[in-house]
Amino acid sequence: MTLPSAPAPSRRIPPRPAAMAASPAYGEEKGGSSSLGEPEYGHDPASGGIFSSDYKRHDDLKEMLDSNKDSLKLEAMKRIVAMIARGKNASDLFPAVVKNVACKNIEDPNQLIRASALRVLSSIRVPIIVPIMMLAIKEAASDMSPYVRKTAAHAIPKLYSLDSDQKDQLIEVIEKLLADKTTLVAGSVVMAFEEVCPERIDLIHKNYRKLCNLLIDVEEWGQVVIINMLTRYARTQFLSPNQNESLLEESAEKAFYGSEEEDAKDAKAEAASLAKRKPYVMDPDHRLLLRNTKPLLQSRNAAVVMAVAQLYFHLAPKAEVGVIAKALVRLLRSHSEVQYVVLQNVATMSIKRRGMFEPYLKSFYIRSTDPTQIKILKLEVLTNLANETNISTILREFQTYIRSMDKDFVAATIQAIGRCATNIGKVRDTCLNGLVQLLSNRDELVVAESVVVIKKLLQMQPAQHSEIIKHMAKLTDNIQVPMARASILWLIGEYCEHVPKIAPDVLRKMAKSFTNEEDIVKLQVINLAAKLYLTNSKQSKLLTQYVLNLAKYDQNYDIRDRARFIRQLIVPTEKSGALNKYAKKLFLAQKPAPILESSFKDRDHFQLGSLSHLLNAKAVGYQELPDWPDEAPDPSVRNVEVPEWTKCTSREKRKEKVEKPFYSDSEGESGPTESADSEPESVSEESGSSSSSSSSSSGSEEEEDEDEEEGSGDEEEEEEEGAKKAKKKKAPQGRKGHAETSSEEASASESSSSGSDSGSETEAKQRKAPPSSRAGPKEISLLDLDDFTPPPPQPIPSSSIVSTSLVTDLEGLTLTDTSLAPALLSPAFGAVRTYELLHRMAGEGLSVEYCFSRRPFPGDPHMVAVQIQISNNTDAEVKSLRVSEPKPLSGMRIQEFPEIERLAPGDTASVVMGIDFCDSTQAANFQLCTHTRHFYVSIQPPVGELMAPVFMSENEFKKEQGKLTGMSEITEKVTLPEKCRSDHAIVQQVTSAANVGRVPCGADNEYRFAAKTVTSGSLVLITLERREGAAAQLTVNSEKMVIGTMLVKDIVQALAQ
Amino acid sequence: MIHSLFLINASGDIFLEKHWKSVVSRSVCDYFFEAQERASEAENVPPVIPTPHHYLLSVYRHKIFFVAVIQSEVPPLFVIEFLHRVVDTFQDYFGSTNVGDQLPTGQLSVVPWRRTGVKYTNNEAYFDVIEEIDAIIDKSGSTITAEIQGVIDACVKLTGMPDLTLSFMNPRLLDDVSFHPCVRFKRWESERILSFIPPDGNFRLLSYHVSAQNLVAIPVYVKHNISFRDSSSLGRFEITVGPKQTMGKTVEGVMVTSQMPKGVLNMTLTPSQGTHIFDPVTKLLSWDVGKINPQKLPSLKGSMTLQAGTSKPDENPTINLQFKIQQLAISGLKVNRLDMYGEKYKPFKGIKYMTKAGKFQVRT
Repeated sequence: MTLPSAPAPSRRIPPRPAAMAASPAYGEEKGGSSSLGEPEYGHDPASGGIFSSDYKRHDDLKEMLDSNKDSLKLEAMKRIVAMIARGKNASDLFPAVVKNVACKNIEDPNQLIRASALRVLSSIRVPIIVPIMMLAIKEAASDMSPYVRKTAAHAIPKLYSLDSDQKDQLIEVIEKLLADKTTLVAGSVVMAFEEVCPERIDLIHKNYRKLCNLLIDVEEWGQVVIINMLTRYARTQFLSPNQNESLLEESAEKAFYGSEEEDAKDAKAEAASLAKRKPYVMDPDHRLLLRNTKPLLQSRNAAVVMAVAQLYFHLAPKAEVGVIAKALVRLLRSHSEVQYVVLQNVATMSIKRRGMFEPYLKSFYIRSTDPTQIKILKLEVLTNLANETNISTILREFQTYIRSMDKDFVAATIQAIGRCATNIGKVRDTCLNGLVQLLSNRDELVVAESVVVIKKLLQMQPAQHSEIIKHMAKLTDNIQVPMARASILWLIGEYCEHVPKIAPDVLRKMAKSFTNEEDIVKLQVINLAAKLYLTNSKQSKLLTQYVLNLAKYDQNYDIRDRARFIRQLIVPTEKSGALNKYAKKLFLAQKPAPILESSFKDRDHFQLGSLSHLLNAKAVGYQELPDWPDEAPDPSVRNVEVPEWTKCTSREKRKEKVEKPFYSDSEGESGPTESADSEPESVSEESGSSSSSSSSSSGSEEEEDEDEEEGSGDEEEEEEEGAKKAKKKKAPQGRKGHAETSSEEASASESSSSGSDSGSETEAKQRKAPPSSRAGPKEISLLDLDDFTPPPPQPIPSSSIVSTSLVTDLEGLTLTDTSLAPALLSPAFGAVRTYELLHRMAGEGLSVEYCFSRRPFPGDPHMVAVQIQISNNTDAEVKSLRVSEPKPLSGMRIQEFPEIERLAPGDTASVVMGIDFCDSTQAANFQLCTHTRHFYVSIQPPVGELMAPVFMSENEFKKEQGKLTGMSEITEKVTLPEKCRSDHAIVQQVTSAANVGRVPCGADNEYRFAAKTVTSGSLVLITLERREGAAAQLTVNSEKMVIGTMLVKDIVQALAQ
Repeated sequence: MIHSLFLINASGDIFLEKHWKSVVSRSVCDYFFEAQERASEAENVPPVIPTPHHYLLSVYRHKIFFVAVIQSEVPPLFVIEFLHRVVDTFQDYFGSTNVGDQLPTGQLSVVPWRRTGVKYTNNEAYFDVIEEIDAIIDKSGSTITAEIQGVIDACVKLTGMPDLTLSFMNPRLLDDVSFHPCVRFKRWESERILSFIPPDGNFRLLSYHVSAQNLVAIPVYVKHNISFRDSSSLGRFEITVGPKQTMGKTVEGVMVTSQMPKGVLNMTLTPSQGTHIFDPVTKLLSWDVGKINPQKLPSLKGSMTLQAGTSKPDENPTINLQFKIQQLAISGLKVNRLDMYGEKYKPFKGIKYMTKAGKFQVRT
């Protein structure tokens, strides 16, 4: 079938944002614009169709419907309705009608209507409309509204189920939608991907990092689908983090404790085998996935939590898997169906990784009100968790369960006791005795279950337990449960030499009741007879003959068969062959004791959380979880040309550079600690758009790999610069100060390097040299710092101490007790820290840095001045640099800097812009545009930059402080490190952390600072009171609680450095 | 995903069915009925039942089974969680009296969980901190396991797009938390502050678990003396409920239930207060105690008639306890502040605390 007019609307949809609303949706006359010629209607249209019965039936109607004239369409519709009313078949017109109805709405200016139209269209499951659906999906996939694109993604599986031949075309659409950057689309398109082409893992490469970064903001159901897909993806692309754990531990030890010579020797020896056993380094993308899914363990949606849990179980290094236990245990509070599924998964996990659930043992204790199926699963978990240390607690708990009224549960408990007894030798006898006591229980089911379990246990040490066997032999008189009877008979037969007197008697009794027994019991009677015949034929020959004769005429052919077979084996006749000689060996061979193991063992070859895992059988459409590859596929396939989100601050970047090797190396073996996640800087990045914040951190990571070498070069330069600056400023300040600061810095950088040393074994050697050479002379000149490879964790605050003390001195001089109105003080001092706005890799050669100049922003006192430095590292001129589309959060205002018309290659321009952050640390987002490119950037102020210093007297300070007590006061104890106990060090650290002014103070063990928030002018008062030794107390008074709390944190951190 | 949905009531009628793809015959539910028959009680019907061509995933709520039919691999929790949400929505919808007569508006908001253009004349935000104690107490009165699970339920009726922060005096108490999607996770990680743009109306902001390391205060105790004798057809039954660690608050809404063994035919009891009832069919004893007066402890005493000729039951019945304590969060959790940003008006704010018994069992 051809589609004459469908392309016309298709061309109209996408590129019409606002204009569309204005244009008439139900255009009266669109004929002129049509690309198709108007159909010819030479004859009266009414005369065609209905009355002509020729083969071209309805063609005219189709033509009319396809025309561009609404009047013709209307006419056609009327006639079709008339036809249907007369009971004529108009079904071949269906697509033409659908096209008109749906296509009209598919062009509607309202995105909700467009989406609904597509949903209606895709829900009509009639093969004839496949081509229209395909077109509609393609159009919707490039709709400007993400909501409509999401609906397009939803329609894909529907179309695919209707006509799987469309697969190739649909994959194209999926590929396109996978590249979509909105969270709304992500989940739906991955769903479509999973339904249509889960094997096309190559489509994910380029979108992998984006999906990881968007994940936290995708709606819950989408998260589940994405996480499950990424689990599979990771299994194909990364190496197992647990593959050479033992090797790692071994070599790590060498690196730490071995002498250098030894190391050298080892290095040679290992070189040979190195090719085979490369030390494992986690792919940063692998880490990215683990890091970005972790917060979702806190989701309220059980399916999301389970998805993350299975991801960690299948992908995380052993030491990190533990984090999921708490979340899974939390799900046990949910509805019983959720509990049921979660416990099934916990049961599987607890076999592989027992340790992780051990702390939560008591959460699996059983309540009498739990449904039986939940009880049994909990029991399974408890049994898996049992070990030498906790077994006595668990057995005590089991003891309570055995008395339960729920007999199925009691039976399961008995089995569980049996399993504990087999697994933990220490308690085997205790368990056995307990079970024997149960043999006198009133409930037959309990006794029967005990018999079965005891039988299994006795097989381990039969010799020691003939008393128990005798006791059980007596039970045959009473116990009726077939399985239990069969078990007892087997036991007596197997160990007949331990009970030589009783065994024949049991056989006698059984021979009497043989005909009334159940089949399994009969088989065991025959078995017992055969064994006795072989060991004690004198007493049992006749009995055996009798039993075999009875069996010969049994109704059941299995039993008849068995009798015949056994007779041939044990009773020697002239015909019987060689087998007869071996009969004893055949029947009384040593049999291995059965292993009582969990039915959940090895179930983890199914992806956890899946239906297949739950059923322990492959469900339709289950995607195998692939094994880890031996060699990692090329990781560069995931590189994206231009990272879209690049807003990392230089601070973060530096930190990561130092810490990175630490993580990537050690995470394979050591602790789940991820300080990168809990760092205040990266964390306070959250804002209205947390998606961008999470992506920024990863963005920096991505780049990092690409320009690692370059980066280190940069650092050195930067540092050199920093050192020079510091030297320049500190020069005029006299000898004492000089010596002190230099040693301070030296130790700072030393500690930083040793901090990162501990983890990275690869770098351990390189670093070993510098610290030792450094350790000697404490007073080294500033220039020597240039030799150090690791940069100090924080840029050196280039504050000048002279000016600080000068200002305080001056303050002291001018101070009078008369209350001067607190005046804003222009910040003459304080550290100027530079942050990165746009990295030159991300900015395609354009690099942008910013700092908070701490000067009042001219023109608006409520704005924070941000100085921006733009460098053009490209070979071409950059034109019309400007800020565009600021997207401030509510209340936030941005005063853009004047457009920079041109920036020559190699040039640097410095501009100032003002931002009113509304006294919040939320980021200000905007676009930085050049004549060719747009870059999404954001500036996030440290809390200390949201204020400006205030000039106050001691009395005023005290008065204001008195007003700001209670809730507005935050106190924190601080321990001052050695190097931060001098007056100026303290002042310097506080003023570098926050833009505050010093307030004079009578007591010399107290430091006071004051500032006002820039937007609302709320006072912020800081007091640092030194106690004995290193102890000190920090107090911040401010009615802005949040600012106060954050400030305390920042200052404490600054002081600790 | 979900192919069809069947709603089955207590008497086993399929009273509603909905098909999203093709129609799946009702007869698929026969597999479900079979499973239901095998399971003695409704709660023991397996939530996942495989059939030759379909899988049946079900949840049981309000005495109705919601049975979803699926055809291929899907995480079972995905379906189960979804069904529960559907039920929650039904409950919300049919439970409330003021059903909107208009189509929802402002759905396509930047903040997916909050519609745009919300307006109220009275701006108010209420938060209920509700804690439940789950405990198992053994025969001798010592605690086998006890933990506190809490939630903060909110009712927020604020105009516009308010941005709220809620902070605690002692956030360290919270050991494990799960959030409404509106909560900014990173802010919590770094500052232990709940920062969020709230959904409009009622929602659960936070669920938490108080670290098991902390000793849990048990606000009530039960003294019991329940004995069966082998020879006699009479048993003794005596329980007394008293306050323990209540932080000076009144324990109210106390309700004692106990599932008696099958052999118990009837009970003759006298309560010192409240009303009691014993159902001889289900063998369930319930005693609505009401408030506990520490000066005069409530007790329930009397005898049990046992079936003659049968031996004494193996197990003494477990006692389940319900109670409520107003104005107390037993963990000691306290909200410090609630602030609003982004809007100019002054909202009315309220915080309420309550402690309840969760799964609180006393073994006898």
